[in-house]
Amino acid sequence: MSEDHHHDHHHGHDHHHDNRYSDMQARVRALETVLTEKGLIDPGAIDAIVETYETKIGPRNGAHVVAKAWSDPEFADWLKRDATAAIASLGYSGRQGEHMRAVFNTPDTHNLVVCTLCSCYPWSVLGLPPVWYKAPAYRSRAVIDPRGVLAEFGLTLPHDKKIRVWDSTAELRYLVIPERPEGTGGMGEEELANLVSRDAMIGTAVAGVQP
Amino acid sequence: MSACELPSPLASSVGLPKSPEGDPVFPEPWAAEAFAMTVHLHEKGLFTWSEWAEALSREVHREGRAEDGSDYFDCWVTALSSLLVEKGVADADAILALQQSWQRAAEATPHGKAIELANDPLR
Repeated sequence: MSEDHHHDHHHGHDHHHDNRYSDMQARVRALETVLTEKGLIDPGAIDAIVETYETKIGPRNGAHVVAKAWSDPEFADWLKRDATAAIASLGYSGRQGEHMRAVFNTPDTHNLVVCTLCSCYPWSVLGLPPVWYKAPAYRSRAVIDPRGVLAEFGLTLPHDKKIRVWDSTAELRYLVIPERPEGTGGMGEEELANLVSRDAMIGTAVAGVQP
Repeated sequence: MSACELPSPLASSVGLPKSPEGDPVFPEPWAAEAFAMTVHLHEKGLFTWSEWAEALSREVHREGRAEDGSDYFDCWVTALSSLLVEKGVADADAILALQQSWQRAAEATPHGKAIELANDPLR
């Protein structure tokens, strides 16, 4: 029973690169500020509209990456060594060329990804971030008590299973490769991809069990 | 002109990228937020569909756009800003000042902390 918190990003001189808003990102925040001050929008209502699209678009790209890793050992190997290139080979790359790292769940280790900034979320493979992912409470609690947070998501892990928490940055984003569920030996990639939810690739769920 | 299955008439905006299922596709979260804000303001009656269509169309047909269309939501946000200025809801200089303030706030915020406008050192 041990919990690790990995700060796998560089501390020090280039730390300020972590937080940067592009002109458009900042413009949207500015409009949101003006409209909220004038009482014309309520951020909750905006989140609710975004959420209806987020569930529809879905993280199909990421699920394809996972299904391929399960079915093709060479691809899995490549994904472990150089996730950015392996994922880009399937045609999914971020607009800003951010780096990806795939973290593999194993029988004795479970991986969980956190970050308060939506800019640290791998949209190119996971679609839009869920509202809870952006909530400061999720990040701070996931770092201190990952087991408790997972339990709230309905995921209770054995006590001897190690939990690793990965802290995404704007330059390096993580994708959890869940364990392949038992009894899926005869399935093709497409069928396997259907077992992989967005939450399984963040680490708040496991594959084959829909939240 | 009826689009009952669509959540908002804004979903039929000119040039909006769509998935094979017909849902809008957003390259980044801010684009989804801009889309949602526009849907919300239209529902509230701040502007009509044709006012929006005209504002967007002006931006989308501007010269010098990216060949691959990757700047579509940049056009969207610019169209929304102009429309809000036209309607007297916001002032163009004030929007720009706030935009720069958010950028300073982002750079001044340490990793892992929520970015808030109050973090701008010049505020």
